[in-house]
Amino acid sequence: MIADFDYQFFIEVLVGGLLSGVMYSLVAIGFVLIYKTSGVLNFAQGAMLLFAALTFVSLVERGVPFALALVATFAIMVVISIAIERTVLRPLTNKPPITLFMATLGLSYIIEGAAQLIWGTQVHGLDLGIEDVPLEIGGVLISQFDIFAAVVAAGMVVVLSLFFRYTRIGLAFRAVADDQFAALAVGLRLPLIWATVWAAAGLVALVAGLLWGARLGVQFSLSLVVLKALPVLVLGGFDSILGAIAGGLLIGASEKLAEVYIGDYFGGGIESWFAYVVALVFLLIRPSGLFGQKLVERV
Amino acid sequence: MPDTEIILAVDAVHATYNHAITALHGVSFEIRRGEILALLGANGAGKTTTLKAVSNLLPAERGQVNAGTIRYEGSDVARRKPGDLVRAGLVPVLEGRHCFKSLTVEDNLVAGGIGRSGRRAEISADLERIYAFFPRLKEKRRTLSGLTSGGEQQMTAIGRALMSRPRLLVLDEPSMGLAPLIVQDIFQTLRKLNSETGLSILVAEQNSAVALRYADHATVLENGVSVLSGTAADLRQREDIRALYLGQQPTPAAKSSHLHAVA
Repeated sequence: MIADFDYQFFIEVLVGGLLSGVMYSLVAIGFVLIYKTSGVLNFAQGAMLLFAALTFVSLVERGVPFALALVATFAIMVVISIAIERTVLRPLTNKPPITLFMATLGLSYIIEGAAQLIWGTQVHGLDLGIEDVPLEIGGVLISQFDIFAAVVAAGMVVVLSLFFRYTRIGLAFRAVADDQFAALAVGLRLPLIWATVWAAAGLVALVAGLLWGARLGVQFSLSLVVLKALPVLVLGGFDSILGAIAGGLLIGASEKLAEVYIGDYFGGGIESWFAYVVALVFLLIRPSGLFGQKLVERV
Repeated sequence: MPDTEIILAVDAVHATYNHAITALHGVSFEIRRGEILALLGANGAGKTTTLKAVSNLLPAERGQVNAGTIRYEGSDVARRKPGDLVRAGLVPVLEGRHCFKSLTVEDNLVAGGIGRSGRRAEISADLERIYAFFPRLKEKRRTLSGLTSGGEQQMTAIGRALMSRPRLLVLDEPSMGLAPLIVQDIFQTLRKLNSETGLSILVAEQNSAVALRYADHATVLENGVSVLSGTAADLRQREDIRALYLGQQPTPAAKSSHLHAVA
C-alpha cells in the first residue's frame, strides 16, 4: 500500500492546495488589518471584495482601459472604505463588539444591494490575461493562474509589511493595535490611522476580488468567500497577518488533501466543509490561533 | 497673582461613569506654572477619574464630567480632544504605564513624538534628551518594552510623554508595583525635570510619604471630594492626615507582623 503511494500526485495536490490557500489568506488579511486596529470583525469585507470586482469588471466592459479601471476602482474602494469607517463605525466606538459586528453584517447587505443596483445582477467573466493552464515544474503540474495569484498575494504582503514596519503611520498603526487607550493618551491621530487601515483593507479587497473574480466569475456568491476566510482566521488568529497567511496555507492544503484522500469515505464533496472541521478542532486546542496575540510580558 | 500663572484650574468637578455611577462630586484644586502638585487619597477616592477628566479621556471610558470646569492655560479641556490637549502640552502618563508592549522602547518613545506631530529631526533630538534623563532607556532601546522591568516601563511611559514636549505632565500612580528605590529614583528624575525645565507636574499617588517629599503642594481626595489642600511641608507635619484620609497606614509593628505572616 505504502509502496504504491503516488508521491508525485500527492505533491501536486499539496501544491494546488497551498496555492488556493494563498487566495484565502488574501481575504483573511483584510479582516486582520481592521480587527487589529479597531477590534471590529468586519463582516462586510466580502461585500467590499464583490463590490471591487464588480466595479472593475463593469468599467472594463464599458471600454475603460485595464490600468485606468484598476486605479479608478482603487480610488472608489478607498472612498467607500473611509466613508464606512466615518459614518458607521466611528459613531459606534466604545459599543460592545457584538454591536459592531451586527453593524458590519448589515453593512455587507447594503453594499451588495448597492452593487446590484448600480451594476446589475448578471454574472460577468473577468479576464486578467493569465491563462489557467497547468505548467509542468519538476514533473508536477501546477496551475499558472495559481502561481500568478500566489505571487500577487506575496507581493501584497511584502508591501504591507514594509509599510507597517518602516513608516510613521505604520508605527502608529502598531501602537494602536497594541494599546488603543494609550495611543489616544499619547495623542496619536486615531482617525487618520483608521482611515489608512480601511484604505488598505479596500486595496486588499480589490486584489482579492480580482483574483477570486477571475477564478469564479464575478457574481454575487463572490461575497461568500468571507465564509472561507473565517476558518483561516480561527486557525491563524484574528490579529496576525502572518497567522492569516499560515492559516490560509494550512486550510487550503488540508481541504484539498482531505478531499482527495479521505473524501471517498464520506461520499466526496468534503472540500467545502472540511475547513470548518479543522477550525473547530483548533478552537478546542488553541483558541487564540497559531499566531494570535500572545501577550509580551515578563513573568 | 495673575491668572496666567495658574496652569490648571479644576473647579467643583462632578463626574460619573455610564451616567449612573458617581465617581467625583466636588473636586477643586489649582496648579501654578512650575510647581508639582500631589493628588493624594486612598483607593477609590477618585484620583484616576480626576486625572482622566483633566486629559479629557473620560469619554473614551464611557465617563463624563457633569458639572464644574477644568481649565488648562485658561481654556476648557472638555471642548478639546485628548490629542489636541497633548499637542497643547497637557500630557498624561496613565496608571499601569500602558506601554506599547510589542514595540521596542525606542519605538514607544518615537510614538510619543509622532503623537505630537513632531518632525523627524525634532524626534531624534528629543530622543537624546530623554536618554540623558533616563540612561537606562538608552541601554534598553532595542528591547520590546513588554520584556523590560516595571521600573523601566514606567520610565518608558514617562519618556514617551516627554517626547510630546509637555508643559504640564499628569502622572497617575507612578510608584505602583515598584520597589522603593526605583520609586525614589523616578521621583528624583521628576523633581529634576521640574527644576531644570520648569515643567509643571500633577501626580496622583497612594504613596503619600514619597509624594509629599517631592511635591510643592498637595490636595487630598476622599470619596470623590477634595477635602484638604495645602503645602506639602505643612501636610507632612500632620500625622492625623494619613490616618484620616489616606487609609490606615500600618504602624511599624503591624507591618513587621504582617511580613511574618506572609513569610
